[in-house]
Amino acid sequence: MTSTTESSPAAAQKPEIGKARLRKEDAHLITGRSRFTDNMVLPGMLHLAMVRSPFAHAKITGINVTAAKSSPGVLAVLTGADVAQEQGSLPNAWPVTPDQKAPAHPSIAVDEVAFAGEVVAVIIARSVAAARDAVELVDVDYEELPVVLDLEEAFTDQVLAHSTLDSNKSATWIFDSAEAGTGTSIADALANSEVVVERTLYQQRVIPAFMEPRSIVVDPTGEQLTMWSSTQIPHILRLMLALTLGIPESKVRVIAPDVGGGFGGKLQVTPEEIITVLAARRSGKPCKFTETRSESLQVGHHGRAQVQRLKISATKEGIVTGLSVNLLADMGAYLGLITSGIPILGAFMYNSIYKFPAYRFECNNIFTNKPWTDAYRGAGRPEATFAIERMMDELATELGMDPLELRAKNWIRHDEFPFTTVAGLEYDTGNYEAATDKAIALFDYDGMRDEQKRRRENNDPVQLGIGISTFTEMCGLAPSRVLGSLNYAAGGWEHAQVRVLPTGTIEVVTGSSAHGQGHETAWSQLVADRLGVPFENIQVLHGDTAISQRGLDTYGSRSLSVGGMAVLAAADKVIEKARVIAAHMMEASEGDLEFANGSFTVKGTEQSTTLGEIAFAAFSAHNMPEGVEPNLDSEATFDPVNFSYPHGTHLAAIEVDTETGHVNVLKYVCVDDIGVVVNPVLVEGQVHGGLAQGISQALYEEAVYDDAGTLVSGSFVDYLVPGAPDLPHYITDRTETPATSNQLGAKGVGEAGTIASTPAIVNGVLDALRHLGVKDIKMPCTPSRVWHALEEAKTTGGMQ
Amino acid sequence: MASSKNITVEVDGANYNDDVEPRLLLVQYLRERLGKTGTLIGCDTTNCGACTVHLDGVSVKSCTMLAVQADGHKVTTIEGMAQDGKLHPLQEAFHQCHALQCGFCTPGMIMASASLLTENQHPTEKEIREGLEGNLCRCTGYQNIVAAVKSVADGVEYDDSGVQSGADKTAGVS
Amino acid sequence: MIPSAFDYAAPSTVEEVLAMLAAAESAGDEVKLLAGGQSLLPVMKLRMADPALVIDLGKISELVGVSEQEDTLLIGAMTPHHEIATNALLAKHLPLLHKAAATVADPQVRHRGTFGGALVHADPAGDMPAPVLATGATFILAGPRGERRVEASDFFQGYFTTAVADDEILTHIQVPKFTGWGAHYEKFTRVAQQWSIVAVAAMVKIEDGTFTRARLGLTNMASTPLRATAVEQALVGSNATLESITAACSLAAEGTEPASDLNGDSTYRKHLSTVLAKRAVLAAAGL
Repeated sequence: MTSTTESSPAAAQKPEIGKARLRKEDAHLITGRSRFTDNMVLPGMLHLAMVRSPFAHAKITGINVTAAKSSPGVLAVLTGADVAQEQGSLPNAWPVTPDQKAPAHPSIAVDEVAFAGEVVAVIIARSVAAARDAVELVDVDYEELPVVLDLEEAFTDQVLAHSTLDSNKSATWIFDSAEAGTGTSIADALANSEVVVERTLYQQRVIPAFMEPRSIVVDPTGEQLTMWSSTQIPHILRLMLALTLGIPESKVRVIAPDVGGGFGGKLQVTPEEIITVLAARRSGKPCKFTETRSESLQVGHHGRAQVQRLKISATKEGIVTGLSVNLLADMGAYLGLITSGIPILGAFMYNSIYKFPAYRFECNNIFTNKPWTDAYRGAGRPEATFAIERMMDELATELGMDPLELRAKNWIRHDEFPFTTVAGLEYDTGNYEAATDKAIALFDYDGMRDEQKRRRENNDPVQLGIGISTFTEMCGLAPSRVLGSLNYAAGGWEHAQVRVLPTGTIEVVTGSSAHGQGHETAWSQLVADRLGVPFENIQVLHGDTAISQRGLDTYGSRSLSVGGMAVLAAADKVIEKARVIAAHMMEASEGDLEFANGSFTVKGTEQSTTLGEIAFAAFSAHNMPEGVEPNLDSEATFDPVNFSYPHGTHLAAIEVDTETGHVNVLKYVCVDDIGVVVNPVLVEGQVHGGLAQGISQALYEEAVYDDAGTLVSGSFVDYLVPGAPDLPHYITDRTETPATSNQLGAKGVGEAGTIASTPAIVNGVLDALRHLGVKDIKMPCTPSRVWHALEEAKTTGGMQ
Repeated sequence: MASSKNITVEVDGANYNDDVEPRLLLVQYLRERLGKTGTLIGCDTTNCGACTVHLDGVSVKSCTMLAVQADGHKVTTIEGMAQDGKLHPLQEAFHQCHALQCGFCTPGMIMASASLLTENQHPTEKEIREGLEGNLCRCTGYQNIVAAVKSVADGVEYDDSGVQSGADKTAGVS
Repeated sequence: MIPSAFDYAAPSTVEEVLAMLAAAESAGDEVKLLAGGQSLLPVMKLRMADPALVIDLGKISELVGVSEQEDTLLIGAMTPHHEIATNALLAKHLPLLHKAAATVADPQVRHRGTFGGALVHADPAGDMPAPVLATGATFILAGPRGERRVEASDFFQGYFTTAVADDEILTHIQVPKFTGWGAHYEKFTRVAQQWSIVAVAAMVKIEDGTFTRARLGLTNMASTPLRATAVEQALVGSNATLESITAACSLAAEGTEPASDLNGDSTYRKHLSTVLAKRAVLAAAGL
């Protein structure tokens, strides 16, 4: 049934941008016609299982594969020594300093393992079961080495994570506003300010825990090696496979079919991907490897894992004068694709929405005997936002000031944009006042404060806290020149093609590789809007390097503001090309043609022709204008001139049961400003999911290791991903201050919820308990930790 | 070596007779032997629920059942939910409410929801959340999944405009 | 994700099971009895157990169902949790088991997982052992020497260890009726799906505002479920008020030896048991 408003002529012309379109992607996913990599079966396909080190640090002194090789169904067993000459070293694309240290990173360890779970051999067998059975038969001799797991201990270099390195320090990266000329001296600010608050905060190690375990199929038959992988980055992966294994890039095709979530966790070139290629090349047969969930948690890259030593200075009136950030960032045992750059991405965000004049950031990248860390939703920016938002609350407490009032005193006012920050970025637009006002109203801030007061006065066993987080982030990664200045190996552009088929339907090819975000729907809206053609007539293609030859994939909330812009630019080129052909077809001058609703009309006449007709004319090519190629295709590459800066205000009402330590999110309000919205349905979904992950870091998730370096939270029994009963109903709203860094005015939404919500929750927990003497609780704020903090506060004598 | 067993199972309305190794899990039988790849595997500890199917009409985790245990029983997977080309109301509601993103948890989530609604035709939001505690989703934050299940319980009928009805409802209610 | 290979049998009578157990014992083969499989199969998939033979009890119909006897209910060991949580006889006569069963794992697991399976598995964090202990049920075992009856207080012997011998199986659990008692199972977890960090099962009888009977079971406060006898004794004869309940329940951790793990240390668990006991009793008392 079509509703009457939709069928009216006015509604038919309603612009696609901003429309609450339902997703094109859903039909196959809700009916089970999915194309996840593990669904793939190829003729003669073999199956792999990994033999992994049980030790976090050890020398491999011998491997006996005889029994495994003779196990039923096993065709071969490969060790690191077998492939040492061809496996190369896994890539790190972001050497943050010229003298960055990194160990060699073979996919199959050869001499030494540096974290528990590292691959030491691979079984190639006829079935998954046969491969798995043989894993137990591989006999590896290890000589255990001392392990270093704690970041602060690793910093002292008393125990080395690698015997081949003389220090655990990989790199030291510094930004100083006085040296950079973007601000004043932090030393002066700290020395001369009336108030200085110093804190050490901890970002626990968390695991992306995408729902689809990673899976790889490699087909070596034919002249081009084809890899299907559950990856966010088919294009980067293809390039890196070529570079790592010395295969001509033209001989490699990578396909990311349906991908079951990524959150940064599939922004990687994995040992298993390399190993599957090696196994397929050796056997000449298609090979598949699908990790188990336990393997995924154990060896998929992790996120966060930082110690943040912070000093904030201010006047007694609450004007912030400076911020010093000194980080220890846990690399884990190796540098993955962008491991070393993750904390540096945060370097530009610690000043957040505030305009204090002095800032210094120093980060030491440190090796430990744990799996390597890398991108996880927000990547560096959640850590920065957590630190500054926690510190603003600490400062407000120190000054006896309402934390919202303190923020308002220090944030960039809407009439001060564009604003060059102390970290050197130019924020194009923003309106923190508007977002905050809206959030306050939705939240009933004063009412909540009254309720909080009531519960305090009544000694209610369930105390109430209000958690505040005002945030901004840099999205739309990234202007290529900026990435170049940071020594990142690649650019930050995105590519698109638009092809009008002879029958009038349209193919849009995007280099942005979606894995749940809804690009097919959003890009269709963009093109429908620009070309004036029906949404239904557009097919979006992505995730296959043979179809989408160029692209830089999906991460960093970049797809719309960079990839979407490329799509629009390609659509514009189609219009311009079609104009030439249309003028020829209608024997009119180009200047007399008007383009609207998918047709060119000769001004002042009824004479017109549609894009489809033009495409067919180009296809038949019987009568083309001089010098015009017979097709209606175009391509475009867009390189952004600046980042985009979404922002927002999140308010959380947090109940803390002081008897059990249990934390309940009573109410969660977020007002995000992500600029112009193409599809509010998709935006809402991104916000919800982002909030869930951020809340979960605050309350539930942590990768916990025992003293030997074994992951204790190694399955979903102990690594707690919250379920439906554990998360609140989110109240979301938006303000809309268009970005000026791209024509769409879009900013990015994929990470906003995750970035903002973690500090909102922790600030709320502490706000509920500060009057009882609790000063800090490490994340995740488990009931046990909350209760112990309360007990400790009782013995140390309450509020100070 | 363990001897294989012969089983007869009705899956999505068709009868299958196969020899299976006793250790073959039901989910592996469905995916690898019957090609029913709509049912997915998300964990190895019976936590995530991605593999949820119906056994004689009630939800079970097919990764925590042997194929031999399904002998003589009727299994329904996500692939058997649509009837005569018409989506099951939950499939339609998941689409309409944007209750899926990557779609990996979706088959299990829909199967668990269907079983939940069989046992409780008019669940509250809290009951829906609790009823789905055996299914993990990492994308949606659950709110739209809960809304989708609620809408089916409430008998909401959707139009086919391709646009979310009541859209622009940016502010929810607490 | 894939268990080691094993042989599989699905007999239809208890006698056949006993014969198979005896044969396996003399052959020295490790056997696992498969009830609902919701704990066994995950352990086998992770290869923390690799039996030579799995005997599936799923085809023995006499082990399923709840029947009413004079003062007791007889519950078949293979009765699924879902049935325990929805059965009208249990709702009337054993509200504690009825309520506790509804908290086990998640709906899918409750559809497959069985009452007897959970009891024999004897996970200290499992939700059925403590309530069953509180009821003072009798476990009926079948073995080569015929039927053997074991009292609940003797049944749970340690971590994953019960009185069931290798050549026996649990067939039924006979549970006294607690008709008209107030009952509640207070479970504490960090996320809904999790095993209990601590839980307290409480059944009380109140006459004229005074507790006349009280039975409490503690989940995950030791290697076995425990009775909170100190609380029970303190409650009986006291007024059904918040103050007296709080005082009585402050004794909940007496005699417990909870483990320390990711979810909390022993000190925290001991504290938690007092809070949860109070809440369980308050709810059971309808306060």
